[in-house]
Amino acid sequence: MRATCWLGKREVRVETVPDPKILNARDAIVRVTSTAICGSDLHLYDGIIPTMESGDILGHEFMGEVVEVGPEVKNLAVGDRVVVPFPIACGNCASCHKGLFSLCENSNPNAWMAEKLLGHSPAGLFGYSHMLGGFAGGQAEYVRVPFADVGPIKVPNTLTDDQVLLLSDIFPTGYMGAEMCGIEPGDVIAVFGAGPVGQLAIASARLLGAERVIAIDRFDYRLRSARERAGASETINYEEEDVQEALLELTGGRGPDACIDAVGGESHGHFPIYAYDRVKQALMLETDRPIALRQAIRACGNGGTVSVIGVYGGFIDKFPMGAVMNRGLTIRSGQCNVQRYLKPLLERIERGEIDPSFVISHHMPLESAPRGYEMFLHKEDDCLKVVLQTGGVPSSLAS
Amino acid sequence: MATDRTYEFGERRAHARGRGERLARGLAWFSVGLGLAELTAPGGVARTIGVSRDRRVLGAMRVLGARELAAGIGLFARPRSAAFAWMRLTGDLIDLALLGTAFGLRRRGRERVLGAIGAVAGVSVLDLLAGKRLSGARGGALEAGRAQHFRESITIGRPVEEVYRFWRDFQNLPRFMAHLDTVEILDERRSHWVARGPADRSIEWQAELVEDVPNERIAWRSIAGAGTELEHAGSVRFVAAPGGRGTEVHVEMRYDAPFGRVGVALAKLFGRAPAQEVKGDLKRLKQVLETGEVIRSDASIHSGMHPARPPEQAPAPSDRVRPNGHEGSTTREENR
Repeated sequence: MRATCWLGKREVRVETVPDPKILNARDAIVRVTSTAICGSDLHLYDGIIPTMESGDILGHEFMGEVVEVGPEVKNLAVGDRVVVPFPIACGNCASCHKGLFSLCENSNPNAWMAEKLLGHSPAGLFGYSHMLGGFAGGQAEYVRVPFADVGPIKVPNTLTDDQVLLLSDIFPTGYMGAEMCGIEPGDVIAVFGAGPVGQLAIASARLLGAERVIAIDRFDYRLRSARERAGASETINYEEEDVQEALLELTGGRGPDACIDAVGGESHGHFPIYAYDRVKQALMLETDRPIALRQAIRACGNGGTVSVIGVYGGFIDKFPMGAVMNRGLTIRSGQCNVQRYLKPLLERIERGEIDPSFVISHHMPLESAPRGYEMFLHKEDDCLKVVLQTGGVPSSLAS
Repeated sequence: MATDRTYEFGERRAHARGRGERLARGLAWFSVGLGLAELTAPGGVARTIGVSRDRRVLGAMRVLGARELAAGIGLFARPRSAAFAWMRLTGDLIDLALLGTAFGLRRRGRERVLGAIGAVAGVSVLDLLAGKRLSGARGGALEAGRAQHFRESITIGRPVEEVYRFWRDFQNLPRFMAHLDTVEILDERRSHWVARGPADRSIEWQAELVEDVPNERIAWRSIAGAGTELEHAGSVRFVAAPGGRGTEVHVEMRYDAPFGRVGVALAKLFGRAPAQEVKGDLKRLKQVLETGEVIRSDASIHSGMHPARPPEQAPAPSDRVRPNGHEGSTTREENR
């Protein structure tokens, strides 16, 4: 089969590799129809996530058709159309029983690597480093899905791939980011980063009843989408105005009731702070640049919540703990427990409450994956979200 | 039963270390007191021990005082380290040598020097005792300092009875112990074990069940001779986890790493960090009991690093075990 392989920093190639095989009795093999490039894939692309190996198959947002099931998979049949959640979860352990699927205690065969860096291991993920399992990803024609009796959700043919594909990661991720804010009527939420996850966090905050949502980014096309499609009430371009001042002005001096960090560890900002973090990162003195996170903590109103859904890989510097402690802030975070959100969010899509496909800006054939990574990284052609399709797709780049 | 923090293997040594620490604290006070006296009142000390008070002796006295102070502070700062007790002992020998010289040179007041020699010799015995206790008690083969000791634990969401029963059937162990090939039950107490070492060389030993308290504890040790190439002892405790979370499994192992062929093979068999291997085994035990089998990824089915992409050929099927029963083959788990 053909698969998108990571070869090194900023080097991705579509190669011919062996077809996946059933390795465990609860596996299924899925023929991928649509798969997306995630913002977190860019962290791999930039080489800031440790324990990648040259030749790893990328991709953790994918859907398709079941073509083979292991002997213990009773709930799926060959031919079923499914969306697959990016965390791999057994459904049997204490974490899974609590709905914390992204913290599954059994799905990471390389847990020891994660323990070295993180103290304990989270769940294994598709196509996301060896420390998170060494599982082949879904930016390929076929993919092996472990614990297929737990993760995948069947989707009706009345919905298009674009409408349901983002259930695999970024819609539930944005939704969980908003949910962690504990939104109450009248709340004002600030969302740092208006990328695909940020857009869906804005839309989710609205679904959950936020009175106003303020989006922060540096790209006008993203801020425009945030206002026009996601439902942001106001936007701040941090290259044009001071985020702290603008947020205080927009909230009558209170600061937002909650802030969502939808940026993660490769944040941008102003000189000299950006230069400071860039240098420390280059010297391996910190692995992540937490510029947006620092701003979110500083801006958040007293007693508020900072919800972190942007991905961090390791260590950050100059963490404003004084602000967190003295102003009674709550920090909530986590990789999304996608399995828990699949059904309710699919129902919201079916009821027409939201159509997450508004973030998709480009469709390409799988073979163009390297170009897709490049476009997404450099924000070319107002790129917001790239979907790769297998088979019978027009080879034109933009949809 | 011992409390959670004390374990059979470490008990004796821990006790010896505790006494060593109390002794070390006393010696630390003594060192600091003597050191301060030598530094601030070298003349007075010289008079007390009956040596001359010329400038060079007083200078040397200050140097000795600084050494005493350093050893004292060291003993206070690192009460569990034997290093400063040994430093004190070395100092005692230097002092004895100096006092011996003084004794030879003095004509009058020799009895004072003799008294000082006696006092230093007495303190030397205490220093030796502290050093030995802090270094750990020494004893038979596995109790010797060269034996490696480690503990690992995991929580498994299954009842204690089930986890105990699964482990007690030693033929189940190769299903989750990555290096273990076969376990053959010889009789009620003895079993024969074969594991894979480096370059697929097999390593064998006979083990004897030392203790078997159903649903609580299993302990075993290797039988010397009897074709045993790996001298070790281990125990596993099964404790109900709080809040109905299943079973805490606590493994404790000691193994001897002697020199020679077997020793080298062994070190490699267990890798650089044997505790890490056992930790991995416990994770696989959890997987088997909670999910029914050992989870595999495209990379983890290979030994060593391998890109996360499907294998050319499908590996042998993973050994399946049902969570609530133990039917299934006992062939070894190919998965590493």
